Amino acid sequence: MCQVDEEYNEQLEKRTVPSVSQRCVKCKEGTAALIIRAGDAFCRGCFKDYFVHKFRAMLGKNRLIFPGERVLLAVSGGQASSSMLAQVQEGLSRNAPKKLRFTPGIIYIDEGGACGQSMEEREGVIAELETMFRATGYPFHIVHLEQVFDLPISVLEAVSSAPQRPEGSYKAAVEQFVQNARVKGSCSPGEGHMDPAVLDAQIQLSHLDTQDLANGTPPSSLQHQQDLERLFASVRTLTAKEDMLQTLRQHLIVHTARTKGYTKVMMGDSCSRLAVKLLSNISLGRGASLAVDTGFSDQRYGDVIIVRPMRDYSSKEIAFYNRMFGVPSIFIPGLDTKAPEKASIQHLTESFVTMLQADFPSTVSTIYRTSEKLHTARPPHSSEMETVAKCLLCLCALDTKEAEEASAFHATLVSERLSEKRVPESAQVGSASTADTVGQCCSSGVGQEGGCSSRGQGCCSSNLTPVTPDLKSLLCYSCRLTIKDMTGVESLPPYIVSEAERRHRRSQMKKEISEFLLDDEEDEVAAS
Amino acid sequence: MPILCSSCGQKRAVLKRPKTGHSLCKECFFWAFEEEVHQTIVSAHLFNPGETVGIGASGGKDSTVLAHVLKVLNERYNYGLKLLLLSVDEGITGYRDDSLETVKRNQQQYELPLKIVSYEELYGWTMDAIVKQVGLKNNCTFCGVFRRQALDRGAMMLNVDKICTGHNADDVAETVLMNVLRGDIARLRRCTAISTASEGEGVVPRCKPLKYAYEKEIVLYAYFKKLDYFSTECIYSPNAYRGYARAFLKDLESVRPSAIMDVIHSGENLSVREGVRMPVQGNCTRCGYISSQALCKSCVLLEGLNRGLPRLGIGKHHRLHGKILAQEPLTQEEERKLKAIDF
Repeated sequence: MCQVDEEYNEQLEKRTVPSVSQRCVKCKEGTAALIIRAGDAFCRGCFKDYFVHKFRAMLGKNRLIFPGERVLLAVSGGQASSSMLAQVQEGLSRNAPKKLRFTPGIIYIDEGGACGQSMEEREGVIAELETMFRATGYPFHIVHLEQVFDLPISVLEAVSSAPQRPEGSYKAAVEQFVQNARVKGSCSPGEGHMDPAVLDAQIQLSHLDTQDLANGTPPSSLQHQQDLERLFASVRTLTAKEDMLQTLRQHLIVHTARTKGYTKVMMGDSCSRLAVKLLSNISLGRGASLAVDTGFSDQRYGDVIIVRPMRDYSSKEIAFYNRMFGVPSIFIPGLDTKAPEKASIQHLTESFVTMLQADFPSTVSTIYRTSEKLHTARPPHSSEMETVAKCLLCLCALDTKEAEEASAFHATLVSERLSEKRVPESAQVGSASTADTVGQCCSSGVGQEGGCSSRGQGCCSSNLTPVTPDLKSLLCYSCRLTIKDMTGVESLPPYIVSEAERRHRRSQMKKEISEFLLDDEEDEVAAS
Repeated sequence: MPILCSSCGQKRAVLKRPKTGHSLCKECFFWAFEEEVHQTIVSAHLFNPGETVGIGASGGKDSTVLAHVLKVLNERYNYGLKLLLLSVDEGITGYRDDSLETVKRNQQQYELPLKIVSYEELYGWTMDAIVKQVGLKNNCTFCGVFRRQALDRGAMMLNVDKICTGHNADDVAETVLMNVLRGDIARLRRCTAISTASEGEGVVPRCKPLKYAYEKEIVLYAYFKKLDYFSTECIYSPNAYRGYARAFLKDLESVRPSAIMDVIHSGENLSVREGVRMPVQGNCTRCGYISSQALCKSCVLLEGLNRGLPRLGIGKHHRLHGKILAQEPLTQEEERKLKAIDF
């Protein structure tokens, strides 16, 4: 039953075997070397042009990266991000038409500590990547996941972005840049990668930089290694582990970008990757932030903008390109490598999409196109970023407003409450006690709060014993699920715990002085 | 060692709630389940006192539980509703005729008036006849489109103010996933709404009071209440593509039980970028039913059946609407395309 009107167009029908023509569809001359999509056979040369053009077209279309800007490339060593690195090299090379004009740097996050790799394996991987990165001549930063235990609180604050550049300024900036380049010597060192002397200096600098980071600091102190182990051991499910890893990795990247003076970060998410991400994020309850999580640009951090220039390539195209043009990449086992299909929601979604894609070749592109039609549900009231309360972990706008109207969030709270100890005045517990469960912990009840009772006290007393603050009220729907899968929050890195305490203190303070505040515009804890 | 109910703390727990994982005794589960539906009804303002509400009854578990719970709640909380059962007879031998027997028994058990409208009287076609012409592929399109309109027509015959259907949380979540997989942004936006606003002439507002109830809990409720329901899949087979979404959702649920609610939460918080073109709602020029095209889907499908061109309504053939309206014959080339049925 419950069959709703389902019309399937031809696109959903089973694939037909592509007719292999021997000639390239583009130049009609070269011998076809590969078939990208059904029917589209390309020769080697045309495929390269097509691939290279797509990268620059993506950046050109979005006009987000300004000439001379410092851009951090997040490279994991995998196929997609390595390919992205190769495209940047290609675009910056001397003889490239329509040259790219930014200044790149590379970051690699060593996650071996969370994925159970031995120290030798990790060092081996790093050595291999270092050779790869050194060959590019760009500065690079090797950051260990253990370093999250040294992160400052400021990572969790969305810095208000630099004043928006007005429309049309992109063009002006490009012209300015080209002019500067022409007048030799007048360009500032930051933008001067056209000048050989400056270039040399930069390379030298970059080597200094990497020396300092890679070898200067020990890979990670034993203490932090244990901290990290404890943290991941306290997460009960692989779903939550993957989510936690993603969050921490993001924090490290943003922090590195900020401290090293990068204003953009490029991620290598391919279209196949994003389709999986979109579907698994929906399954994880992240619907409200789908657009920032999967769109071309992600401005949630304010001063550092994440861009995803590889989002038009399928993983197949990337694999072909890498293979045909010798782009090096390495395989590093992750959390879900070799895991059974149902090990985590992310892993399950990936195998589901892959399975469906094999039968219906338009699956990935259809899902991906869905993402382009979406944007965040609650657009910030004004352009002011600060007025909207942000999630402590993912920094997305909170989607957990205690609303009167029916919602899945509300219904879940009702279910939990009804399944726990029944309160005497059962008839109209309605909204009153629902609010308790959400974590406005100033209610006196200790008994009713099954959810956070294991974590101890409400926040009224948190000034006295600020060991384990209640995080729930500071998190978005999805991050709550992740934290719920943890045995305790004590093992979280200090910056998260301290920021939570700080926010609680702020809201406590605000509550105390609320009657003296004149404008009662609802701005929550996030305003700092 | 018996596990005690986590709610009353006295009786022995007999089940573990699929939704929250709590162990509950029978009474506490009934109470929680009914109370949740009540909360949904109240917080979404689904009904007003004095309204006549038609319950879409198929005889399956969802609608049987819905009818039961609504009757209980109507008495417990004095909603002041006049409830009645509304069934559609698609004319599927060996499936619907049996399930309608269940509905008739429900009518007596719950003492609710029952109205059955059949495809045969409304459209002149039973599903059996349609399948004979269309084949097993795409027949769900006919059935789904016709049922939607049939329910509305039945509701209007009885002067019903609102129709409620037994769609549960699993159905809603599945539809969200399905619409993402199909890239159907218009439906993706609509599918999580708990009720349709009255959309004008000829349409009765609908709502889903079980929207937040897990399918498994509905079965548990029916099982422990010993409710009489009919459980057989439609003989004309469920659709393959929706089957993928369903299987995926079940897998998600087994990995993380809250996933069903999480998907609905995602769906509720999505919103569509401005500037994405949306179909405009109008009315069918032939029958007056709501439609985004000149002709509503049901009229197109019917026209196809009557002309012996079953594929007319499958896929998009908007170009042909003008011809159908003007009662003109189609060209041979057009006819050839629409006749072909591949098995």
